[in-house]
Amino acid sequence: MKKTALYDAHLDLDAKIIDFGGWEMPVQYSSIIEEHKAVRNQAGIFDVSHMGEIMISGKQAKDLVQRLITNNAAKLTKGQIVYTPICYEDGGIVDDLLVYKLDIDKFLLVVNASNTTKDLRWVKKNAEVFEDVKVEDKTDYYSLIALQGPISREIINPLLEDDISDLKFYNFINTNIAGVEAIVSRTGYTGELGFEIYLDSENAVEVWEALIEEGKDKGLKPAGLGARDTLRLEKALCLYGNDIDESTNPLEAGLGWTVKFDKDGFNGKEKLEQIKEEGIQKKLVGFIMSERGIPRHGYEIVIDNEVVGEVTSGSYSPTLDENIGMAYIDKEYVKKDTEIKIRIRKREVKARIVETPFI
Amino acid sequence: MNIPNDLYYTENHEWISIEGKEAVVGITEHAQEELGDIVFVELPSVEEELDQFEEFGVIESVKAVSDVFMPVSGIVVEVNDDLMDEPEKINEDPFGSGWLIKVEFKDKGELDELMDSTEYEAFLEEE
Repeated sequence: MKKTALYDAHLDLDAKIIDFGGWEMPVQYSSIIEEHKAVRNQAGIFDVSHMGEIMISGKQAKDLVQRLITNNAAKLTKGQIVYTPICYEDGGIVDDLLVYKLDIDKFLLVVNASNTTKDLRWVKKNAEVFEDVKVEDKTDYYSLIALQGPISREIINPLLEDDISDLKFYNFINTNIAGVEAIVSRTGYTGELGFEIYLDSENAVEVWEALIEEGKDKGLKPAGLGARDTLRLEKALCLYGNDIDESTNPLEAGLGWTVKFDKDGFNGKEKLEQIKEEGIQKKLVGFIMSERGIPRHGYEIVIDNEVVGEVTSGSYSPTLDENIGMAYIDKEYVKKDTEIKIRIRKREVKARIVETPFI
Repeated sequence: MNIPNDLYYTENHEWISIEGKEAVVGITEHAQEELGDIVFVELPSVEEELDQFEEFGVIESVKAVSDVFMPVSGIVVEVNDDLMDEPEKINEDPFGSGWLIKVEFKDKGELDELMDSTEYEAFLEEE
């Protein structure tokens, strides 16, 4: 099992550790609900060093990136980031990731921990037809700290060499934090104002501790993967392995905005065009339980005794104090306020389709 | 770790306290800590008859779904309805206001299959 550079720091903070995609990661420190609320109201600090980093460089780096992703990296300038799925030829999703344009011929892909090995293989396979391109796994080199929440800017700013007050969403800068070189991007997985800090793993503890010190009187809390999941669900952000995978495509996942059909030759383009033309069969929707019960991944959705879909993610929502979920539902039933039933153990429990994000 | 010495314990981390023919059932401090924030409870109805070690309800935390099992056979005589709206009571006071059900039980011999506090403490250490 792999450990991040911050593993001992988590133990010092009494974290509960779980296995996540082969990594020993903190799932919670004090309480998922408390950590969740800290991120919504003040700030939380997450170790997400398990995320994979794949560096693509060389004269044809951009061409390889453009072949891989459904979104468009052509318009990115240095310092900009784009969110995108990468697909197989059949339109199934290999992974969803961030592309950082580090330089004119240098891109960093930040991928899901559980997919890093698969993605590397996929990227290298696609790189075979390009002559001048280099693919490197930088996962061990980079540690990744996410600082998320409405006061995250106040916490990070005093530690930075450069002022980031004007840093826009999905932009990054190369700077120094607590005297250490880092990439600081305005990104995150919580729907709050927030920053993600990429740094040499050797410096991770130092920066982690400096941030905690800076935020401790302001309400900053260390937050684990448990809160990360409830936070992203309230904003209806997809989680690979739950809401999207190789058997789903970006169009039915509500990620159509990331598929740029006006872009030439990317993996899955033809198939996705065909799906778009013929119409999707199912769609990812959000729902709120109207009766008592918590929806969980894999539970069936029933309308008039017929199974019409399946829950992909579900949880108690600390912000709403309601139970919420996402599910793929047959296209014909997808309409706001439609009443559905979730099969929870032996019961059928009422819920209704709502617009997302939930908050 | 709080392990009251007047209770009996199961390997699945339920506790039972005996008062005459009645018994109160709950989950232990260790169990609630492992689960984390408890947000949902499903319990049986009064008069339901259950066997020893039979599943009688479900406790869900934010992350996990966990079944609870009967420490002894018996008939449910009372259910802690407060938990429907305040399941967090199980986290806050697992041996007190976070109790789950009261049962009328018949066979005191079944207690032999449970652990006392010393045995449960040793069991936790081994686990």
